[in-house]
Amino acid sequence: MFKKLRHLWHILRRLSGDDAYEQYLKHHAQFHQATIDAPPPLSRKDFFKLWQDNQWRGVKRCC
Amino acid sequence: MLLKTFAHIGFGRPLILGSKFFMFKNLKLVSWIFMALLGAFAVAGIALNRGESINALWLITAAVCIYAISYRFYAAWIATKVLMVDETRATPAERLDNGRDFIPTNKWIVFGHHFAAIAGPGPLIGPTLAAQFGYLPGTLWILIGAVLGGAVQDMVTLFFSTRRNGRSLGQMARDEIGVIGGTAALIGTFLIMIILIAVLGLVVVNAMKHSPWATSTVAATIPIAMIVGIYMRNIRPGRVLEASLIGVVLLLLSVFAGGWIDHNENLRTYFDHDGLPLAYAIIVYGFAAAVLPVWLLLAPRDYLSTFMKLGTILLLAIAIVILRPDIHMPAVTQFIDGTGPIFGGKLFPFVFITIACGAISGFHALISSGTTPKLLSNERDIRMIGYGGMLLESFVAIMAMIAATVLEPGIFFAINSPAGVVGKDAIDAVAKINSWGFAVTVEQMQQLASDMGESTLFARTGGAPSLAVGMASIFGSAFGRHLLALWYHFAIMFEAIFILTTLDAGTRVGRFMLQDMLGNFSKKLGETSYTPSVILTSAIVVAGWGYFLYIGVIDPNGGVNILWPLFGIANQMLAAIALCVATGILVKSGKLKYAWVTGLPLVWLVVVTSTAAWQKIWSEDIRIGFFAAANDLSAKVASGMLPPEKAAVAPQLIFNQHLDAYLTLFFVVVLWVVILDMLRLCLRYLTGKHVLKLSEVPHEPSRLVENWVRD
Repeated sequence: MFKKLRHLWHILRRLSGDDAYEQYLKHHAQFHQATIDAPPPLSRKDFFKLWQDNQWRGVKRCC
Repeated sequence: MLLKTFAHIGFGRPLILGSKFFMFKNLKLVSWIFMALLGAFAVAGIALNRGESINALWLITAAVCIYAISYRFYAAWIATKVLMVDETRATPAERLDNGRDFIPTNKWIVFGHHFAAIAGPGPLIGPTLAAQFGYLPGTLWILIGAVLGGAVQDMVTLFFSTRRNGRSLGQMARDEIGVIGGTAALIGTFLIMIILIAVLGLVVVNAMKHSPWATSTVAATIPIAMIVGIYMRNIRPGRVLEASLIGVVLLLLSVFAGGWIDHNENLRTYFDHDGLPLAYAIIVYGFAAAVLPVWLLLAPRDYLSTFMKLGTILLLAIAIVILRPDIHMPAVTQFIDGTGPIFGGKLFPFVFITIACGAISGFHALISSGTTPKLLSNERDIRMIGYGGMLLESFVAIMAMIAATVLEPGIFFAINSPAGVVGKDAIDAVAKINSWGFAVTVEQMQQLASDMGESTLFARTGGAPSLAVGMASIFGSAFGRHLLALWYHFAIMFEAIFILTTLDAGTRVGRFMLQDMLGNFSKKLGETSYTPSVILTSAIVVAGWGYFLYIGVIDPNGGVNILWPLFGIANQMLAAIALCVATGILVKSGKLKYAWVTGLPLVWLVVVTSTAAWQKIWSEDIRIGFFAAANDLSAKVASGMLPPEKAAVAPQLIFNQHLDAYLTLFFVVVLWVVILDMLRLCLRYLTGKHVLKLSEVPHEPSRLVENWVRD
């Protein structure tokens, strides 16, 4: 039961983009930290700005 | 019930079970046969029921059984045999993963995004209007249209776009059929957006007209959205759920506050307005929303509306199952002969035009191409997301149909019939509705209006108020009757908030499309961040829908009766274009023998759209034909029969009727051009002549292994 609820919470966070920054950090650590001179990850605020503006390209809502 | 069924049919589980599960397989077979029988029994129960009222649970049962069977068998067959979905093939999200728009995503998350994008106010309004024919025609079309048409369209478009790097419908039409098809799809999309926004704006205006409670609550959603926007952008960046929770609480408070304003003699006058000032307010608002940055208004409001939408729909489903309300509308009313008060026109073709979203909606093809494919991590999820997503939307339409038809028919018609048809006076309206054989009294309507906290409920056209009354009475009986007025205004707020989201988002999409087109002429105008271009293109788009909204408000027949069929025709035309593209691709891929899968719904849509358009243009009936209505009005003006206030707006109405007629003509011409282009292509292919090459991206094996943790 508890596990299911946690799974649901996980889905909710992912769907809403609540954990987008954590996902980004993970992605960053995995793909962009290979070289020493790689740029540091964006701050939460800067990342969110980019992410949000990016969310609203193209047709997102219809009838 | 629904959850249990979906758990039972097992989304995404392997379809073929090994022989060692023979017992299990038999058990499954038996349960499928049971489901088929139950579904057949429920449909027969609905169809054969005459005279006595029927329980809403029959509709739900029939719907769930039909969805489950078609999902399990028809959709699975299309996925494996027709499309040949290949789960070893890397999707664009995997190949082009950039962490931004191409991101391989868990299928449930994609399903959530896809459903939130396709399910707007359309499936709530269409069935409510079509309920004038009785509950049966609309319900059958929602069910059959969805499983054979709408869900197929969404699924095949999703599939073909996934195989083409997530290209949009317009681009696919251009690549596969030719420049003509592509251009037609682009123009069609733009026009449908304009008309959709106008009609949705009209629905909101009609819900707020002379209702201080509704107006103040809807107005409060704007600052609330801004607070949420600032919170998640600056105060606690990225804390989306926190911000949304605050927003939802504030929204619920605003419903209470609206009631308080309504009871305050001074304050209520600030929010008590005619249709026209409200329409101007919406137009100004629409322009502001398109020019303001997304994060301030559009994005936060989208969160709120999505949570509200999902929450309310879930609540409605629970309430219907707990309450099992009786349906009071007859199965079929006398209005199938075309004399209906809500909109003129016979059952065929108008029920199929009125209910677009919920049965088949061309707009979905824009989401299924371009947006959703970029998230898909494996092709095998296409059935669940494309087909399953549409089934869920269709289920929303069924619930809207239930909410409309649990009302006493007399009340339903009193709320939805425009003053131009039944008369401005309550006594006239009641007499007229009684003459149709539906019992309703003035006192009954007054009592209902005061229960709902409104001054009157007569002639509240557009579907939103009657849906809100239906929902309030369902919620009221399930969760407490003394809160009826609160439930009513909660329902109005819930409808308004996501109508306004569609309005904002639509205006913005229209603006981008226009900038894209203008970019062909002037590079500068094509830049999406160039302020003069932003203001110019936003103003053009807003002026486009603002015009139709304005005409709709001044029209004594309510405007919805003109705009909604126009929207329906445009939406079905877009669906036909999407199905044309799909059929063309199927034929070009050498799958002629399966072309009927998309060809059959295509033929039906072409028949329906062309007939409806023909009647809207040429019918002699002034309630159907645009030209007939214009000529009738001109004759009345010439003979001086009209009262002065009507004579003043007559020239505008006449001009608008002509414009609508030419617009409809344009839609049909565009549709036929695409069809003939597609047929030409198929003929050339079948006779071995040169055709445009399939633009499918070559196979690349997926490296996301079977047990890859898809979070």
